[in-house]
Amino acid sequence: MAHATTLTMPAPTSEAALARALRSFALLRESWVGMTGAGIILFWVAVALLAHWIAPFGPNATLVPWQKPLAAFAGNSVVPPGRFWLGTDHLGRDILSRIIWGSRTVLTYAPLATLCAYTVGSIMGLAAGYLRGWVDDVLSRIADIILSFPVLVLYVIIIATFGASPLNIIFAITFASGPGIMRIVRGLTLDLRSREYVAAAETRGDSPWRIMLVEILPNARGPVIVDACLRLGYVTITIGVLGFLGLGLPPPNPDWGGMINEARSMALAFPHMTLFPCIAISSLILGFNLLADGLREISLRD
Amino acid sequence: MLILISKRLGLMALTMVVVSMLVFLLLEVNIQGVATKVLGPYSTLDQREIWLKANGYFDPLYQRYVRWLGHFAVGDLGQSVRFKAPVAAILGPRLRNTAILGLGVFVVLIPVSLTLGILAGMREGSKLDRVISVSSIITTSVPEFASSVFLAAIFVFGLHWLPGTSTMTEGFTLRELILPILVLVLYDFGYVARMTRASMAEVMTTHYVRTAVLKGLPYRQVILKHALRNALIAPFTVIMLQVSWLLSGVIVVESFFAYRGFGALLLEASLNQDIFVIEACAMTAVFVAVSTQTLADIGYTYLNPRIRFR
Repeated sequence: MAHATTLTMPAPTSEAALARALRSFALLRESWVGMTGAGIILFWVAVALLAHWIAPFGPNATLVPWQKPLAAFAGNSVVPPGRFWLGTDHLGRDILSRIIWGSRTVLTYAPLATLCAYTVGSIMGLAAGYLRGWVDDVLSRIADIILSFPVLVLYVIIIATFGASPLNIIFAITFASGPGIMRIVRGLTLDLRSREYVAAAETRGDSPWRIMLVEILPNARGPVIVDACLRLGYVTITIGVLGFLGLGLPPPNPDWGGMINEARSMALAFPHMTLFPCIAISSLILGFNLLADGLREISLRD
Repeated sequence: MLILISKRLGLMALTMVVVSMLVFLLLEVNIQGVATKVLGPYSTLDQREIWLKANGYFDPLYQRYVRWLGHFAVGDLGQSVRFKAPVAAILGPRLRNTAILGLGVFVVLIPVSLTLGILAGMREGSKLDRVISVSSIITTSVPEFASSVFLAAIFVFGLHWLPGTSTMTEGFTLRELILPILVLVLYDFGYVARMTRASMAEVMTTHYVRTAVLKGLPYRQVILKHALRNALIAPFTVIMLQVSWLLSGVIVVESFFAYRGFGALLLEASLNQDIFVIEACAMTAVFVAVSTQTLADIGYTYLNPRIRFR
């Protein structure tokens, strides 16, 4: 019975998955661009997770207003022993604490919105690319029409109509970036549908949806992961821009874009209120873009 | 070629019709909402009923849509609630201002990004190529509002070289346009440069360029006479499509620098629920975007001899 053992496939275990993940991480180590990106993202994820312990104050605690950065070192007697490293805003809220707590907001909604957009976009793309025919025509036409809107114009109209709330922001992002994802997944599906393993599954009599989700989607993951990374960056920009325009998440909970919007009118006298949230959001977006670039570099190499 | 142009124009008209339906449905299906936006949140139910009846809002939806579209087609865009003036009269000057800003952006963007892209693509993997691609990642990672803050901190508050607002209240000055243009170019040149680089790098690997090098043509001539012709076809489309992106970008930049353009108008209208202005702005934005896409398609076909002579 020696033949039988060679024929059975090793069952995919969590150990094998872990080994695979470690291997792809080792690949990433070859690209310093990708590593830098991953480092920046991990830094912000750690900040968001540990916000409770590392933030000096609560996100909405009102302390001493109008403090400039490092005021405690300037011999200013009003400042309590807990120092305001990055100063405070017009309501006396500690900016460092708000940036730390605000990382939770952006790192919750950006991945969530991207995931929603990917779910909708992938299903549409798989259906268009695999089923072809009128499904493809209708879905592609819908995508063309949504993509003909300038992105931010579409966001502004949707938010102005339905109001600014977390759910509406996720909806708007899904609506606006779903079609772009659909085009990518559709292209990949068109390429993969002629492979032998798809033909095998069809011969087996698998249902179309099973073929799309189990056979095609996992094999399209390479370019999709790179795009998802870039898109996370775009979505972070979008959430920031909506906050900046006053269409973002409702106050008072900190959100980087909203912090910049609130402090804009005081930027002349107190530039620190706008400067630090800008640095925070730019660095996070840079992390996503560098990681995407590193991943692309690796995927092109082999 | 003529068939292609008429086909593209037909598709454009179809897209505009569907977009107009989408905008109409999004903003005007809820008639009570429309009345509240026009008459204000403190209007009574009776007042709203009278207004709705007077303006024919109780007619069937398709009748209202056809009438709405007819008004749009002849340029009757309704009255702005916030500015108490016809929408068309407000929109005109705003569009002109944004067109000036956009022109400034393209005048800077095209030479800068094409030059950098070509230089990077000429020698793929060289030190210059790495520097350009990494710096383009960095500049595209800084969103427009953040680079506005950074540049304002440096040039306005730090060096006192440039004005921090671009209201143009004392007549048109180029000085007030510098920062908005700089912010928009800074965000976008990386993308265009990368696309140009990819196109250039691809052309450099073709046989005819290799042949030109091997037969002993000066390198300069290979690039200028042989490579560039084909390498610049793809960036042409990319640059045309940046018009659509610019319409997004101006919303942020104009509101930051208080420039009285189209983007600032759309934002102000949507923050104040000025429904007819939002509709007019949305339709204008899509019209501009779709017509540049159509132009890009037609231009691409014209520029690419492999398609043109088929």
